[in-house]
Amino acid sequence: MIQHLLDGILFGSILSLGAAGLTMVMHILRFANFSHAELLSIGAYTALVFDQIFKATMPFFSAQVGSLSITWALFLAMAFSLFLTGVSAILFDYLVFRRIREKGDELSMVFASFGLALIIRNLIGLIFGLNTQLYSKDIVFATILSRDPLIALKPDQLVTLLITLLIILVIHFVLSRTTFGYSLRAVGENPELAQVNGINLRTTILLVWFIGGGLAALAGVFYGLNNQITPMIGSDLVLPVFAATIVGGIGSIYGALFGGFIVGIAANIALIILPSGYSPSVPFLIIIAVLLIRPNGLFGESRT
Amino acid sequence: MIGILSYLVFFTTIASILAIAVLGLNLQWGNTGLFNGGVVAFFGAGAYGTLLLGGTSQTDHIGGLELFYPIALLGGMIIAGSLAWVVGILTLRLRHDYLAISTFGVAVAFENLMRNAQWLAGGAKGLRGFERPLRETLGDGFLYNLSFLIIVLIILLGVYWFLEILVRSPFGRLLRAIREDEHAARSLGKNPAKIRLTAFVGGSIIMGLAGGLYGTFYAFVSPQDILPMLTFQIWAMLIVGGAGNNKGAIFGAFLIWAAWTSSGWLLSRFAPIEAQLYTGAVQYVLIGLVIVTMLLWRPQGLFPERLVISQPGQS
Amino acid sequence: MIAGYLPDLPILRGVSLTVDAGSLTVIIGPNGAGKSTLIKSIVGLVPFSKGMLLLRGKDVGHIQPHQLAKHGISYVPQSNNIFRSLTVKQNLTLALRHAGKSAPNRLQNLLQQFPQLSVKLHDKAGALSGGQRQFLAVAMALSTSPRIILMDEPSAGLSPKASQEILEMLRHLTSTGVTIILVEQNVNQALRLADHCYILAEGINQIDDKAAKLLRDSIVSEIYLGGKRLKVQQ
Repeated sequence: MIQHLLDGILFGSILSLGAAGLTMVMHILRFANFSHAELLSIGAYTALVFDQIFKATMPFFSAQVGSLSITWALFLAMAFSLFLTGVSAILFDYLVFRRIREKGDELSMVFASFGLALIIRNLIGLIFGLNTQLYSKDIVFATILSRDPLIALKPDQLVTLLITLLIILVIHFVLSRTTFGYSLRAVGENPELAQVNGINLRTTILLVWFIGGGLAALAGVFYGLNNQITPMIGSDLVLPVFAATIVGGIGSIYGALFGGFIVGIAANIALIILPSGYSPSVPFLIIIAVLLIRPNGLFGESRT
Repeated sequence: MIGILSYLVFFTTIASILAIAVLGLNLQWGNTGLFNGGVVAFFGAGAYGTLLLGGTSQTDHIGGLELFYPIALLGGMIIAGSLAWVVGILTLRLRHDYLAISTFGVAVAFENLMRNAQWLAGGAKGLRGFERPLRETLGDGFLYNLSFLIIVLIILLGVYWFLEILVRSPFGRLLRAIREDEHAARSLGKNPAKIRLTAFVGGSIIMGLAGGLYGTFYAFVSPQDILPMLTFQIWAMLIVGGAGNNKGAIFGAFLIWAAWTSSGWLLSRFAPIEAQLYTGAVQYVLIGLVIVTMLLWRPQGLFPERLVISQPGQS
Repeated sequence: MIAGYLPDLPILRGVSLTVDAGSLTVIIGPNGAGKSTLIKSIVGLVPFSKGMLLLRGKDVGHIQPHQLAKHGISYVPQSNNIFRSLTVKQNLTLALRHAGKSAPNRLQNLLQQFPQLSVKLHDKAGALSGGQRQFLAVAMALSTSPRIILMDEPSAGLSPKASQEILEMLRHLTSTGVTIILVEQNVNQALRLADHCYILAEGINQIDDKAAKLLRDSIVSEIYLGGKRLKVQQ
């Protein structure tokens, strides 16, 4: 049971990071972006590419950091991946979503996001192959926290959790103490009022895409690190990430962060009762439960 | 010669069955502006429902009631409609993308259930034990397939005719009113939520009909038939054909199905052996491109919705 | 000026407005006359298809809403004119974004001008009373040191006492050289404090005159106290 809880918290960190970017896009641009989960995939593969490049060109970077399986090369690759995935998110908006948005049809953007997700997912498969890949083939030993019941924790998992918590603190600081954070919340609450108070909506939207993409990349790398890297990362995670945004309330970054952990833990605890084949359905059940009990989620408000 | 004819019959049968599903989606999306992200769940409910009700009893799963075929088909449609009713009640009053996410989730959960619940419908092995109706009389060959095609075409035309009448009726006007301006519709005393539910369930019943016919044709259905890709294919058909236009829906179905099967054939014929594993991925990229480019370039489809002016005294 | 939310459906069909610097001008008229639309089209929230905006004699074209401060203009919408989920201090800090180093000073000045806000500095704006919210909205508008303030129905939803306070504060602002343009439903209070008044009906100017004169005018009392419907000039 405790092992399930730990695994759930780990999965939850990944979902939190993925959902934080998605919830802002869903709230400000008013559409469910089914291609957001593919940003996690892009992040994971971009990091893989740069990791291989750095390992090949700068062999001294291949050293592992402490007892982690993460190498210095991978850390550097992650930085590149965050940036490039953020740029990709902006690019997708520019190429696809913005034009459809200007024609005025919100639901067409949802359609288009499905199409875009298909393209990204399968292009990744065509370029990188359909088989699973890993950042490091080295075996990393888990720390046994207790033998009975069996509770084990890998250093990679701990690092994932710590970095996620750090990012959550940074996000909290930005939202509650910086003018930029206020402007993000303002745009989420009332875009027109934000504009007349001097906030450039277009710039804000670009930043939301970039930051969302960056967070998604991080989530993708963590997922690849703690599981494996496959082209199916996006399609595996799209429903859980949506569930996290719905649980937390669309438009609330705090909600998305919180919701991610709830969904992650619930999905893993459910494995105690349900056979593992059913785990893809758990996020759906969570969504239904939220819609029944509290449709606006924990922190969401219906838009004015 | 018979080979080509036989193939054409096969092609037209599948395209017509899919066209029926597209017509159902048109009722939901084209006429009422509802976003169904899990078309395959309702299609699949119809398929599985019909086969379970009409099939012979099997040892490893339930069903097998051997009902009279039309009743089994109707049963499949009712199951699809009930599923839609449950989903609709929960989500239709919320913002539109909740419906998209929920229906998508329904499809994922449905496929998941069918794949794992062996006691229900055979699991990953699929549902067997169904005998195609009138098999004893017509045999298993070309004659049967041709007759089946004729029945499907009749059903397709019937659904088309029914929906065309619906679009021009007061109910159809109501759907468009709700799609365009809900507040105005509400101020006229109409209950938008109830009407949307009716359109959603109605469209899903039609999808269930298509699914039932599909399952009947193959006399077999498995989780492989209810993957998300089918949802995307049906959308692509409607987007290309023209949302809001029933003729466009049918045309789009035939066009996209032709493109899908021919691209599949071309890829398997000309792609090197090592790449055969990837032909599916290429097709998926193509369909994604079709969806995105259509939405960017011509979102109203090849056959846009003709504005139906229904005041007396105007043509 | 011809403007409206949809290109084919203009709400304003021919409106002309001239406002003197440092004056308080009030725009009144029946519901649906286009008063809010007029203000919104000046600040760029609604596009206008024909017309010109002259600021101190210069044609400024179409203003982008987020660049209002550049033109020395502030706009306060009718409702939802503060950010409820942010605190009073956060609202003001946001409005003071471009003040740079002088922001803390400006904040202090504003709080001196609006003492009722300084006691509620860390409360969420949504928890304030109606009157306090309006004061916060005006404070936010003042944070960019504007030359012109456009305000849509400042007294909406306020008690007579609170609306009197708000209107008097706006009157006081004009003595510092700020030009104020108001849309108002509260005709009596507004006309008492205003210099000039425009009456709008069905998207077209009807009457404009000195406010004091209109206060005694029989046509105005007819429009607002029932009686004959205003004949629309074509």
